Amino acid sequence: MDKQRETERAADGKSFAWRSDDFQLYGPAAAEADAVFQAPGFWKDAWIRFRRNKGAVFGLICIIVIVVLSLAGPALSDYTYYGQITQQQNLAPRIPILENLGIFDGTYILHTTTGDVVRNGYLEQGFGDVYYWFGSDTLGRDLWTRTWMGARISLYIALVAVLCDMAVGMVYGLLSGYYGGKADLLLQRFAEIVNSIPSLVIVTLLLIVLAPGLQTITLALILTGWVGMSRIARAQMLKLKQQEFVLASRTLGAKPRRIIFREILPNSISQMITNTMFSVPSAIFTEAFLSFVGLGVPAPMCSLGSLISDAYRVFTIYPYQILPPVIVLALLMMSFNLLGDGLRDALDPKMKQL
Amino acid sequence: MKTYILKRVLISLTTLLVILLVLFTLLQLMPGSPFHDEKLTDAQRALLEAKYGLDQPVIVQFFRYVANMLQGDLGVSYSISKNTPITQLLQTRLPTSLRIGAQAILLGTAVGLLLGVVAALKHNSFWDTLCTAVSVLGVSVPSYVFALFLAYLCGFRLGWFPQLYQMAHPLLSSILPSAALSVFTIASVARFARGELLEVLGSDYMLLAASKGLPKPLLIVRHALRNALIPIVTVLAPLVVSLMTGSLVVEKIFAIPGVGSLMVQAIQSNDHSVTIALAFVYSALYIGIMLAVDILYGWIDPRIRLAKEDGRG
Repeated sequence: MDKQRETERAADGKSFAWRSDDFQLYGPAAAEADAVFQAPGFWKDAWIRFRRNKGAVFGLICIIVIVVLSLAGPALSDYTYYGQITQQQNLAPRIPILENLGIFDGTYILHTTTGDVVRNGYLEQGFGDVYYWFGSDTLGRDLWTRTWMGARISLYIALVAVLCDMAVGMVYGLLSGYYGGKADLLLQRFAEIVNSIPSLVIVTLLLIVLAPGLQTITLALILTGWVGMSRIARAQMLKLKQQEFVLASRTLGAKPRRIIFREILPNSISQMITNTMFSVPSAIFTEAFLSFVGLGVPAPMCSLGSLISDAYRVFTIYPYQILPPVIVLALLMMSFNLLGDGLRDALDPKMKQL
Repeated sequence: MKTYILKRVLISLTTLLVILLVLFTLLQLMPGSPFHDEKLTDAQRALLEAKYGLDQPVIVQFFRYVANMLQGDLGVSYSISKNTPITQLLQTRLPTSLRIGAQAILLGTAVGLLLGVVAALKHNSFWDTLCTAVSVLGVSVPSYVFALFLAYLCGFRLGWFPQLYQMAHPLLSSILPSAALSVFTIASVARFARGELLEVLGSDYMLLAASKGLPKPLLIVRHALRNALIPIVTVLAPLVVSLMTGSLVVEKIFAIPGVGSLMVQAIQSNDHSVTIALAFVYSALYIGIMLAVDILYGWIDPRIRLAKEDGRG
């Protein structure tokens, strides 16, 4: 209530009004009551919710550990991912200090039809101070180095999936939703047709035309990965473009480009981030699957899928060879799923039921 | 409803035509011709080309190709099994693959539903935690990892089931592959069923039905399950995709003579005509299933049909 009106009303005598000095804070609490507590911002609030979700934090830590190991892992070992020592084939994992504890001491159990035999390739062939932390493969290559090199490929694929979602799917969906009408109809029909071709078919056909390799896989992922994201972006656009703040912005003369990317995009970014996290595991799976079938990166490069494929041929004799790539792959995919779940709950609490 | 079905069918046919166009273009781009024999004179070659219609304009060739493909004449294999019609290759393989896929879907849906429903009814209990754990694991871990694990444990170490597919025991040896393929189905169905059922159980009409004094089993079977399970049809789309890609690898691991292993073999031995024909088979299967799901879903739940008719118009 402004002061002038207050005094006026008090003066005419009929009505009663409070004066501003009728209210005074009492005692030392005065200072405290006035203190303004900073409201947590959107991202800080989300981070607090995210931290409460144990699975998501576990996923995040796993991803960080795998990233660090895939960057630093190969350098920690004296071996290279392509170097072969043909005398040292099929050695079981052996790690310097742990071997004294009776684990990772280079022994493995060979299961045969006549019974189980405990064998140790290091002792049998007299390799006193040779250590393969994850063992060596059938060609005498170090599996530790190869596993982390393979993880690099998977992480690269994860990056491609994210970029593809952001650059292709998001832009496609936003534009289609914003312009609507005939453009939308055309773009949506196209997306529908692309979506009804199984991605398996698109990928294999691409590999017929182009040589197998990382570029081809990247291209295949870009061609198939964007549809899901474009749908979400379009739905968000349709939801938001009728709102007042967009109208306000347009009235002030904002160009479509500004409205789409500066006004609407930031308001729907949390959904998109969440969706991106879920498209990462499927991209990693696609790459691992292609490598397993033999359409992946060419030798001597390796990915987790090709490592699993190599180890699968001897996995009844040397099961330890298949474990590192399988575990890293499963952990990586699970971590991205958990992270996606956690991000969805943290960024958009209302979505939790879905 | 009629216009809805008509629209879906038209879109599916267009898609199929687009796929055929892509496949045909690929075939045209392949180097070489079927009559690449030095002994042939130009006149003989022209005669041969006239006989097989290769002297016709590309458009005519394309429509003949479409007609052939749609009638089930998929072409001839060049290197896997020389000069064998691909249809003949598929004759025994397609039923095997379809059977294993169907088993996986049945097994996965049954187990997934059971798990999801129990988890929702006993919310926040041990079963609920188990359901969440299974669905995270099942969605995250590729089916071929499960296949390898099952092949090693149940096939090799325990010896319960044959480690490789045996033609003599089709049922016994398809148990492990079906189980491996069904894990993704179990996970996604369980997750979905749990979420839907929880939502339905909290709804007002359930409260109304309960306050009318319906006994609990009847309440759950007739009111809750019915409404919760209809939307599960929607998870079918990603399931079919995952079964298709999964079948390629799982069939390779268990050495199953199916379509998936044929596809892998064709890719690896550069038998392009087989790869392209199988790409068509996979696409047609997928489009057919999607069409069936869409129509089925529109039929079951009118709300969806109306929404789609409005939203997409």
